[in-house]
Amino acid sequence: MSDVALQNITKRFKDVTALDDVSFSIKDGEFFVLLGPTGAGKTTTLRVLAGLEKPDAGAVLFDGVNITDFTPADRDVAFVFQQYSLYPTRTVYQNLAFPLRSPLRKWPKDRIDRRVKEVAEKLRITHLLERKTANLSGGEMQRVSLGRALVRSPRVFLMDEPLSNLDAKLREALRIELQHLQKTERSTTLFVTHDQVEALTMADRIAVLNQGRIVQIGTPDDIYDRPVTTFVAQLVGIPRINLLPATRENGTLLVEDSALRLGLPEGPTVPPRFLLGIRPEDVRLGAGGDQRGEVVLTEPLGVETVIHIQSGKQTVLSIVPGITALKIGDTISFSIVRERLHCFDLDGARL
Amino acid sequence: MATIELQRVEKKFGDLHAVKPIDLTIHDGEFVVLLGPSGCGKTTTLRMISGLEAVTGGRILLNNRDVTWAHPSERDIAFVFQFFALYSHMSVRQNIAFPLQAQGESRETIRQRVAEVARLLEIGHVLEAKPGSLSGGDRQRVALARALVRRPAAFLMDEPLGALDAEFRETMRAEIKRLHIEQHATSVYVTHDQIEAMAMGDRIVVMSDAVVQQVGTPAQVYHDPANLFVARFIGSPGMNLLTGHYAGGTVRVRENMTYQVPGDWVPALDRALDGEGEVILGFRPEAAAVNSEGLPATVYATDLLGGYTMLHLEIGDHEIVHARAGRETHYSIGTPVRFALDPAMVRFFDPKTEKAIVREVTA
Repeated sequence: MSDVALQNITKRFKDVTALDDVSFSIKDGEFFVLLGPTGAGKTTTLRVLAGLEKPDAGAVLFDGVNITDFTPADRDVAFVFQQYSLYPTRTVYQNLAFPLRSPLRKWPKDRIDRRVKEVAEKLRITHLLERKTANLSGGEMQRVSLGRALVRSPRVFLMDEPLSNLDAKLREALRIELQHLQKTERSTTLFVTHDQVEALTMADRIAVLNQGRIVQIGTPDDIYDRPVTTFVAQLVGIPRINLLPATRENGTLLVEDSALRLGLPEGPTVPPRFLLGIRPEDVRLGAGGDQRGEVVLTEPLGVETVIHIQSGKQTVLSIVPGITALKIGDTISFSIVRERLHCFDLDGARL
Repeated sequence: MATIELQRVEKKFGDLHAVKPIDLTIHDGEFVVLLGPSGCGKTTTLRMISGLEAVTGGRILLNNRDVTWAHPSERDIAFVFQFFALYSHMSVRQNIAFPLQAQGESRETIRQRVAEVARLLEIGHVLEAKPGSLSGGDRQRVALARALVRRPAAFLMDEPLGALDAEFRETMRAEIKRLHIEQHATSVYVTHDQIEAMAMGDRIVVMSDAVVQQVGTPAQVYHDPANLFVARFIGSPGMNLLTGHYAGGTVRVRENMTYQVPGDWVPALDRALDGEGEVILGFRPEAAAVNSEGLPATVYATDLLGGYTMLHLEIGDHEIVHARAGRETHYSIGTPVRFALDPAMVRFFDPKTEKAIVREVTA
């Protein structure tokens, strides 16, 4: 396994700048996630790292060595894609053994056999080894694809939305497996996804990408608790962060078009007009609350309920455990956790 | 307004049942969700209600009138599809007005009704635009407006949010629900997304393999699933299900792992299992609290999810139990822990029938 670094990578496709001065480094053994919407440049970044795209500027370093001009084969990276790249007419065993039978490796048969069985055990596909891959379910095929990447012990794993073709329950099960595997194997991994849940749950660190630029790099806690822009703030969290236009008046914070007033947050000096971000879990319902509003909608999700509270023209979402007895039209009291307020300027930059 | 009644309605293609006989009454003003994986028969059921698909058995009543063989246009029902079925060469206003023109409404009525529905859906500012220039969300609002403007007795919606991206789906979900609360039009909504079903439905009809598995409120299907399918399908992750052997008030889940059944369940289990036998213990992740006592497990993986942490615990040979914990909880992989179950939140299932074991509630 290796340290990986991208330095000032720029990549253009004709007039379109796909990547604009992208830099980050992945530490040995780290699970690093690139998170962003479609078209952000995530897959291009991964392809530059793999050597499938040549950058117009910048360098790719493995363990401090500049490998920008290396071919994909010389980089010793392993891929897992959204589509399973398996040989359908061969058995799972043959698919797993294939990367090890490369003439460059010169591995003896029994060593290949040991490694295949070891990896199959880890991925819990031992019982499938003699099956043809064409006869497997989607989840099983994706496990085998992971296995094919894993057998080689490459320097870096590159995964491009490997879970997004699976149905919700399977995706969740495989995500837990992948997380366990990576944490116990400590394999250096670059994982590309547009799914914030995958990013928050699996990553050691996340790089948020938007329109070819890195917006923020940090741990899941950093991204969730200290988003540097409203874009990042809205990208993570279900339900989405409440983002409200606010004004400052004589030491009080007023949410526009509503009766919401708060003490100013400690720390940043806020301008007269700004955007206030409040995570739904920081809107706490309770009789002692200093805010008031009307319940306009409740969405019971089982484990918790999303409550839509209206104050003036603004709607604030709150999340409460369990299934609530609150009814539409109820007037309720609530408070907002002052230590967890997020303030952004009108351009969306964190104050 | 409308009450829709399905009496033994079924659909067969040759020998194959797409929908096995279903009995269901959808009350006036109710929002009912048909939920299930693809191929479960939910869309076929909706299409039979609309008249787009002929039944092969049973009767459909609309306000006590038999409409089983009535043409779709005679049913006074509006249909919203997943794909934005809008006319690209017409303005938004013309698109919305179209169904009213087809009904031969007066110019003045059309003008009023379009203005009204545009206000409701907040699309007044795009009325003169062509659908092609709108965002996905606005297009879906226009599609809804076109369905609403007719003031149909009932609305049928087939995965109307399926084509939208995740964040927008959340917003539109709330908008449709708020619209329903204002209008109270009887609505039948098809989705494969259990979160959508829970959030929107007054009642949920869970379907699988052409069969209705359970009809209930979100609280009922979540807390009291009728069978293992519903227990697994509802919730993210689904209900934890551990197989064990029941005898004398305890369930042996593993060699060295027994669970003391709460007293109010013992008579029900004794009766259902005839004293002893295989049983499945079910509990939601929030019913499992990691603390110093309870069943032993090892931390397999942890999910830090904004407001909370989801712990994935391994018991025995790769059986995973999901437990919800506070956000501040940090465990490294491999840590031995114990978890206790909230006795009010455990459920039991018979592995032979896959059905929930029902407890007599004593007052």
